[in-house]
Formats: sequence, C-alpha cells, structure tokens
Amino acid sequence: MEGIADFFRWLADARGLNFSIFYDALDRSRFLEGLWTTVKLSVICTLLSLAIGIVGAWLQGARFAPARQLVQGYVQFFRNTPPLVQLFFFYFAVGNQLPHVLDEHGMLVPPISNVGWAILSLSLFAGAFNVEIFRAGIEAVPRAMVEAAESLGYSRLGVFWHVLLPLSFRISLPALNNNLVNLVKTTTLAYAIAVPELLYAAAQIWSEVLNVREMMNVLLVTYVALVAVLVLMMGRWERALRIPGYNP
Amino acid sequence: MTTLPVLLVPRPLPQRRAGELPKGLFGGGLLAAVLAAFMISILAADARAAIGNAASSDVLPILLKWSPLVLHGFLFNLLVSVLSMAIGTALGLWLGLGRVSHFPWLRRAASTVIQFFRNAPWLVLLFYCMFLLPFSITLPFATVPLPDTAKAVIGLSLPVMANVAEIVRGGVQSIPMEQWESGEALAFSRSQILWMVILPQCLRRMIPPWMNLYAILTMSTPLISVVGIQDSMTLARAALVAEGRTDLFIPMYLMLLSWFFLYCYPIARWTTALERRFQVRI
Repeated sequence: MEGIADFFRWLADARGLNFSIFYDALDRSRFLEGLWTTVKLSVICTLLSLAIGIVGAWLQGARFAPARQLVQGYVQFFRNTPPLVQLFFFYFAVGNQLPHVLDEHGMLVPPISNVGWAILSLSLFAGAFNVEIFRAGIEAVPRAMVEAAESLGYSRLGVFWHVLLPLSFRISLPALNNNLVNLVKTTTLAYAIAVPELLYAAAQIWSEVLNVREMMNVLLVTYVALVAVLVLMMGRWERALRIPGYNP
Repeated sequence: MTTLPVLLVPRPLPQRRAGELPKGLFGGGLLAAVLAAFMISILAADARAAIGNAASSDVLPILLKWSPLVLHGFLFNLLVSVLSMAIGTALGLWLGLGRVSHFPWLRRAASTVIQFFRNAPWLVLLFYCMFLLPFSITLPFATVPLPDTAKAVIGLSLPVMANVAEIVRGGVQSIPMEQWESGEALAFSRSQILWMVILPQCLRRMIPPWMNLYAILTMSTPLISVVGIQDSMTLARAALVAEGRTDLFIPMYLMLLSWFFLYCYPIARWTTALERRFQVRI
C-alpha cells in the first residue's frame, strides 16, 4: 500500500503526473465517497425503476382503458424529453413549490433533498424505458401459456406474477441490461444539482489540486470499469436464470 | 366466490394491442394531454398569485415575453445536435467498417474504441473535451481557433460515433453471407462488394436505429449547459432569475420540456413506423 503511494508521489514530483487520489488521504477519501455515492445511486435507481417497470407493464395489460392510457402517456413523455431538463424540473420547479419543513436543528429545509430528487427523477426516467422493455417481453410470451394458466385457475394477477413475469423477464434481460448501463451513465447528471457523486467529487479534486488531465482519465477509466462490472454481473445473472430447454 | 378469468365470457382481443400507438405522427390524445398539463400549470400559478400577494397574475404574458429568447437557445440545441450527428455519423461509418474488417488487429482496435466510447458517460466525455482540447489548433498554414461550441460538438459526437459504428456493424452482419459469395462469383473486389452490394442493402435497416440515436442525441444536448455553453436551459434559467418569481418555475420548465417533446416524439413515432415497414417478414 505504501509502495503504491510512494510510486505516485514520485510520479508527481519527477514526471509531473499528479494522481493525488493515490497518495493524498483527503483526496482518496473524497474520491471513494463519490464512487460509493454513485454506486448507491445506481443500485437504488435500478431497484425503483424495475418496480416502476413491472407495475407499469402490468397496468398496460389492464382492462381499464384510462390506466393503460395514463401509463402510455407517462412512458412517452419521459422517453421523449431530455433527462437533464426533467431533473431540473423536479429539483428547481417542483421542489420549490413544496412547503419547507423543520429539521432536527430547527432549520427550515426542503422536504426532499437533492439526492432524493435525483433518485426520483432518474428512476422515473429509467422506469419509462423499463415499462416498454417488459411490455415487449410480455408480448413475446406465447398466448397459449396465459390460456393454460387461466384454465388451471390462476387469477389475472396470479397469471402475471407466476407465469408472465418470470418468462418475460428472461426474454427482456438483454434489453434491460442495456437500459441499466444507460442508467449508471445517467447518474452523472446528478452533478448538475450538486449531488456528491463521482463526477462531482472528481471536479472538486481537480479544481483544488489542479490536476484536470489526470483526474479526467481516472474518471473515464472508473466509469468504464463500473459499467464493465455491471455488464459482467448481468451476464452471469442471465446465464443463471436460463431455463434449460426453453428457448423463446 | 371470486370470478376466475377462465369463467368469464371470452372477449375478442382488442384490435390495437395495449402498447401500440394510433396512426399519424402525433397521438392526438397524448398531444392534448401535454398541452393540457402546460395550461393547467399556468392557471395554477395564476390562481396561486391571485390568492397570495404576488404582484400580478400574468404568467402567460411573461412566458410569451421570454419565449423568443428561449426558442433561440432551443434552435441552438438543434444546431448542435445536427452538427454532432453529422460528425459522429461520418466517423462512425469508418469505425463500424473497421469493426467488420478482415484484418484482426483493425477489428480488435475498432472494437476497443467502440466499447470505450459506448460505456463512458456522455457528460464525462463532454467534460473531457471541454477541458483537454486546446484553445486553437496550429496547422502548417494557419492557426484555427477552437471555440467552446466546437469542443462541445466534438464531445457529443464521440459517443454518437461509437453508437453509429455499432449500427453499421449490425447492418452489415444482418446481410446474408450469400450476398458476399455471389458478389465474389461475379468477380467483384471486396471493397466493391461492400460499397455496391452490401451497404446499399443495409442502409434501409440502419435508418430506424440511426433516427433513434438522433433523438437520444437531441435529448442530450442540454448537457452542454452544464459545461457552460449558452443553450435553451441556460437562457430559461436566466429568464427565471430575471423575473425572480418562484411560481414561474413549473410553467417555464414545462414549456421547455414540451418543446423537446414536440420535436422528439414525432421522430420516435416515425422510427417505429419505419421499423414496422422494414421488418423482415418470415
């Protein structure tokens, strides 16, 4: 550990390549906290957007027409508007209209923090794509499966939960994979509303230590590695979920 | 006793499946809903102003006053999107052809470049170009200044390039091997087959994903406001600061959102329609 720090200290002194996060304790902790925030943001938004996708896909198959139209409107609106403007709309416009509340120190604060709005906004954005992905997966399940389940006495919710969802989930995994990669990349937008995620932490470091070039490269490599880990995990999950002999 | 689905009288399936959209570039209902939400937000702001002690209840005139300025920024966004798309497509075509080349080293290099630029976040690439590209490029005969806008266009065209390359690869690989073989039988060279037989055929299949990418790019152009370029977002925020009224926030941002929606939604509809038309029927 000390050897690595020494090497990068030497690199900064002798070669002028200042990778301060590898030898400076403060910069390292800031960078790691940023990385942790990005990971947390990604995981929470993934889970919420999956929930939105499942509920939305279920509502799209509902017999009640207004529910279908409502979901359709939500999906099309969030898919066809810029995520950054959505984030600003939620944080600055909607957040401003909510009444402020007292926190534990007796200060008037907005009820939802910038992290909260980032989670909400990004989940709604990714969720809109997930609804479409799950719907496409459900449409790919043969109709006979549903009829077979109905004749076995399943209710509508039962058919969805026990038959349609497990089968369609496997069909939609590749597309879902793509969308989740996109979601991780979109968490960088939270930088714009000062959420202390990886990009924000890196910007703080390079504006103080003045090592823009080095931090930029570290940042790019970190994000590419983060996405690579996600792709690897999703690939394993895809293989683990495969039903032997069932090829839709 | 609950009524199980199997006990219900069978109903004919609806003509239109749940996810499908009605004909035409705009779903009439959806367009009406967007406009209605916009008007309601204005009326709500008006009502709030009338109840409270705000100076006046004139949200719509204020929005109209600022809309030419914001529209100017919006057109700038569209200009940036067109330029980035042009550069990205030109570069991506060659990168994609490199990805399907016969030289293993070229294939591997292209694949690495594509993976890297597809996996890096757009905002980080934008930062990268804004900070690390020089202010001017010195050529043997002249010094070309590189303004911030040009850097932003380059920054946005890098991920576009990688995605176009993937589209080209998918298109070329979707053409059956027999096309290559019959080209060879007719004594075409490899590049002749590529340019005269393969590419004209996959162009049609590449158009829908290419349009989809353009819509994604257009929705990413507001990112340039984060790195300090004056676009519609910057101008909308400046207008809000100038007015200094919090009740204007929701209508203003909704206005901007609906402009982007009105531009991107028809593209999405058109893409779906083209996809359906070009679908290979088995």
